[in-house]
Amino acid sequence: MIRLNGINKSYITGNNQLHVLKGIDLHIKAGEFVSIMGSSGSGKSTLLNIVGILDNYDTGDYYLDNTLIRNQSETKAAGLRNQYIGFVFQSFNLISFKNAMENVALPLYYQNVNRKKRNRIAMEYLERMGLSEWAEHMPNELSGGQKQRIAIARALISKPKVILADEPTGALDTTTSYEVMQILKEINQEGITIIIVTHENDISHMTNRIIHLKDGLIESEVLNGKHPVVK
Amino acid sequence: MFDLDRWQEIMSALKKNKLRTFFTAFGVFWGVFMLVVMLGSGNGLRNGVISDFGDFATNSVFMWTRPTSIPYKGLPRARQYNFKNDDIDALRREIPEIEYLAPRTQGGGFDGGNNVIRGAKSGAFSVMGDYPEWNLIDPVVVYNGRFLNHADLNEKRKVAVIGNKVFDVLFAPGEQAIGQYIQIQGIYFQVVGVFKPKNSGVNFGGDKERSIFIPLTTFQRVYNWGDIIGWFAFTSKPGTPASVVEEKAKTLLKRRHSVAPDDPQAIGSFNMEKEYNQMTGLFSGISGLIWIVGIGTLMAGVIGISNIMLVIVKERTKEIGIQRAIGAKPWNIISQIITESVFLTTFAGYVGLVIGVGILGLVNYVLSSSGAESNMFKNPSIDFNMAITALVILVISGAVAGLIPARKAVSIKPIDALRYE
Ligand SMILES: Nc1ncnc2c1ncn2[C@@H]1O[C@H](COP(=O)(O)OP(=O)(O)OP(=O)(O)O)[C@@H](O)[C@H]1O
Ligand SMILES: [Mg+2]
Repeated sequence: MIRLNGINKSYITGNNQLHVLKGIDLHIKAGEFVSIMGSSGSGKSTLLNIVGILDNYDTGDYYLDNTLIRNQSETKAAGLRNQYIGFVFQSFNLISFKNAMENVALPLYYQNVNRKKRNRIAMEYLERMGLSEWAEHMPNELSGGQKQRIAIARALISKPKVILADEPTGALDTTTSYEVMQILKEINQEGITIIIVTHENDISHMTNRIIHLKDGLIESEVLNGKHPVVK
Repeated sequence: MFDLDRWQEIMSALKKNKLRTFFTAFGVFWGVFMLVVMLGSGNGLRNGVISDFGDFATNSVFMWTRPTSIPYKGLPRARQYNFKNDDIDALRREIPEIEYLAPRTQGGGFDGGNNVIRGAKSGAFSVMGDYPEWNLIDPVVVYNGRFLNHADLNEKRKVAVIGNKVFDVLFAPGEQAIGQYIQIQGIYFQVVGVFKPKNSGVNFGGDKERSIFIPLTTFQRVYNWGDIIGWFAFTSKPGTPASVVEEKAKTLLKRRHSVAPDDPQAIGSFNMEKEYNQMTGLFSGISGLIWIVGIGTLMAGVIGISNIMLVIVKERTKEIGIQRAIGAKPWNIISQIITESVFLTTFAGYVGLVIGVGILGLVNYVLSSSGAESNMFKNPSIDFNMAITALVILVISGAVAGLIPARKAVSIKPIDALRYE
C-alpha cells in the first residue's frame, strides 16, 4: 500500500539547512496497523505528512497504492488525499462554524455529493461513533473525546484506504485515549491501513508494528510486541 | 454557487467581525451611492437646461443686418441696409439645405408705452410679423384657436395670435378671445389664437408670453415697412450642420446687398446649434468627470474589500489547510473566496444603488410637488443601463478584489496552512 525508498527531506530556514529525513525505507502493506515512535524532533510528523501528500520530499520514491507520488499538481494531490487518505489530528481540526454532522460530511462536499445524501451518510458514521445525539452540536460544545471521534468519522466518510493520525490521543486522558484506540482498532479490522504517531508506549503497543525513528532514520522495528527487529 | 455550505462559510466569515465587515462594505456602498447621486444630479442639470430649449429647433440660425464695416463697390462703410422680401425667395432657391425659413419683423413694446388696447384695457407688448414656419422653429402651444397660416399671409389678413400674458391683460378670466378685436398700434386685429410657450429659456425679441404674432405681410403694409424684413430664422435639413447653411446664407445675402464678402460685421447671426452643442458637450464633460470620480471612489471601496479579504484569508489559513487536507481542491478554495468578495461587493453596491436611486426619487418628488418650476434642475435620475453598468462593474471588481486573496490562500502548502497558528 505504502512504499518509501530512500526518502530524504530537508527544511531550509534562512541560511540553515536542516536534514530531517535521511533516507527512509519503509513498506507498509494494506491492512497494517502501524505506530511511529521517536523523540521529539526526530521527524515523525514530517514523515507522516509526506505519506499524506501534505508535504513534498527531496529525493527518493514514494508509491501510494503503486502510484508514484511526486511533483503532482495541488489539484491532483487534493483528489488523491480525498480518495485514499483520512487524517486524524492531535488538535482535532474541526471546522468551528459547522456542526458535527456537517463536519463529518465535508469530504463528500468536495466529491460533489449533494447535501442531503452526504448528511445522511454522515449520520450513519456518527451513529457508529455513538454520537448521533450530538449531530447538531457545534464543535465548541463537545468534549475532546467526542471531537476526536467526529474527526475519525470525518476521516472515514470518504472510504479511504489509509488513515493517518498524528498523535491522535495526545490531547486526551487515558480512558478516552483507549476508547479512541479501540475505535481505530475496529476500523483496522475492516481492512483499512492505519498509521499513527505517538509518544506513549501503551498506545503504540495496541498496534501491530512499531517503528522507531531516530535522527531521521528508522532505528528499529518491533512486530506485535515481540523482540525488536534491528535493521 | 448557490450551495448552502458555501453561504454558510461566507456568512460565518463575515459575521465573525461584524463591525469590520460593515466598514468594508460601507466603502463600496459609498462609492456606488456617490456615483448614482452625482450621475443623477448631472442628469438633472442636463434635463433642466435641455428642457429650457423645449421643442426649440436646435439646428437653427438667426440672422440680422448691421452697419457695414468695409467700403465696397463705391459704397461707404457704416452703411445701413435691410433685408428685403426678395431675399426670402432667393434663400429658398439658392440654398436647398434650408429646411424651414421664417422671416420676421418686430415692433412695439420696447419703448414702454402701451401699444395694444382693448376697450378699457391696454398693455405694452411685442408685436411680431411672422410666417407660419416660425412655429416649426420655436414652437408654441396654441391652446385656443389656431396659429397663423399662409392664407393669412397671402390675403394680408388683420389677424393676431396672442400670448397667454397678453390674454390675461386684455381679457377677463374665462372670456372667449377668439373672434374678438384688439387694437394694435392703432389698427384693429381679430384674435384667432391664444398660445403659451413650450419653453421659457429661449426668447428672441422679448418675452414670448407677452407677444402678439400677426402675418408678416400685414405687418409690412399696415405699419409702412414696405418690403423690409427684420431678421431671418432658418433651420438646416437633417444631416446638414446649421453652420453650413449659416455660411451659405451669409455669402448670398452679402452679395445681394452689395456687402464686401469679407465684411465680418455687416451680418449679425446666432447659431443655436453651436450653442446647443457646446452645452451638450459641457454636460458630456461633466458626466465623464463624474464617472472618473465615481469609479475612483468605487475603486477605493473595492481595494478595501480586497484588503479585508486578505485579512480574512489570513485568519482562516488553518481552516483552509484543514479543508485542503480533507480534499478541497485549489479551485474550491479560490471560488469560495471570490464568491465571498463578489457577494460583499455586490451586496454593498446594490444597497448603494437602491438608496442612491431612492434619494434621487425623493428629490424628484420634492421638486415636482413643491411646484417650483425650476429651470436649472429637472428630473434627476439615472437610467436603467447606467444601473446595469454599475452592477456589472461591481461584480467584476468584486471578482478582481477576491483574486489576490484567493491566490494567496492556495499559494501556501497545505501543511504550512495546517501548522499555521
Ligand atoms: N516547516 C518547517 N520548517 C523548518 N523546520 C521544520 C519544519 N517542520 C519541522 N521542522 C523541523 O524538523 C524537525 C522534525 O520535525 P517533526 O515535526 O517531523 O518532528 P516530530 O518527530 O514530529 O516531533 P514531535 O514529537 O515534537 O512532534 C524538527 O527539528 C523541526 O524543528
Ligand atoms: Mg510531531
